[in-house]
Amino acid sequence: MSRSRGAAALRAEAVPVFAALGDETRLGLVGRLSVEGPLSITRLSEGTGVTRQAITRHLHALGDAGLVRDERRGRERVWELNLNRLEIARRYLDQISRQWDDAAERLKAFVEDD
Amino acid sequence: MSVEARETREMSSTDRIEKRIEMRASRSRVWRAISTVEEFGTWFRMNIDGEFVEGATVRGKVTHPGYEHACAVEMDIERIEPERYFSYRWHPYALDPAADYSAEPKTLVEFILEEAEGGTAVTIIESGFDDIPLARRAEAFRMNDGGWAGQIKNLERHVS
Repeated sequence: MSRSRGAAALRAEAVPVFAALGDETRLGLVGRLSVEGPLSITRLSEGTGVTRQAITRHLHALGDAGLVRDERRGRERVWELNLNRLEIARRYLDQISRQWDDAAERLKAFVEDD
Repeated sequence: MSVEARETREMSSTDRIEKRIEMRASRSRVWRAISTVEEFGTWFRMNIDGEFVEGATVRGKVTHPGYEHACAVEMDIERIEPERYFSYRWHPYALDPAADYSAEPKTLVEFILEEAEGGTAVTIIESGFDDIPLARRAEAFRMNDGGWAGQIKNLERHVS
């Protein structure tokens, strides 16, 4: 999310990503795909207690947000993460970085207040 | 520390966070704010049990609004050099009471105090993020300020 880009572009790109990840099942799917690599719907449904149909709907929601994509491999269709690892890592770090900015400001206010 | 430690540790851009901020307060004042559990807890917004002693593990409850149900944070105190350096390890973003973080690597948090004109320069470094499983890092998105729903509202406010 570069600052130089317009607010509208930011919104158009970011909102669907946020919304797609704002669900435990979908977040779990992203987590598994990021660890285990491309997986079929059958594999993704295993042990989740969620039906294949529901998993399929969630994958399409993630796909619409550009987070995953599907690909035919032989007789199977597999889903894989379309978000690169660096992107996840960067966003995570940005988030913790903002918390440290806040904490550092609070420390500064605290010691300067005496 | 650690100028040399910093130089020898060539890390990826995703492994560490570094902040440097100058404060109009003496080094001893800043040191007290960082090295005593009561004062650290006040500005960090955490109720901490125990004392900051090298080798000790202390537990803290985050008092930040919205984190009331988060699990206790454990800090392994690593090194204390009065008025100069304080470090500990913890699980970053380990606030989900349902999760077991014990098997995951911890990050290292360091505070470095230096004289600065009219006060003290504080450098805060957190490193070791590249060892945190990617799935855990993705999960942290959800933990942020009411999760993504809250983020969307923030973003809407920001862009409209």
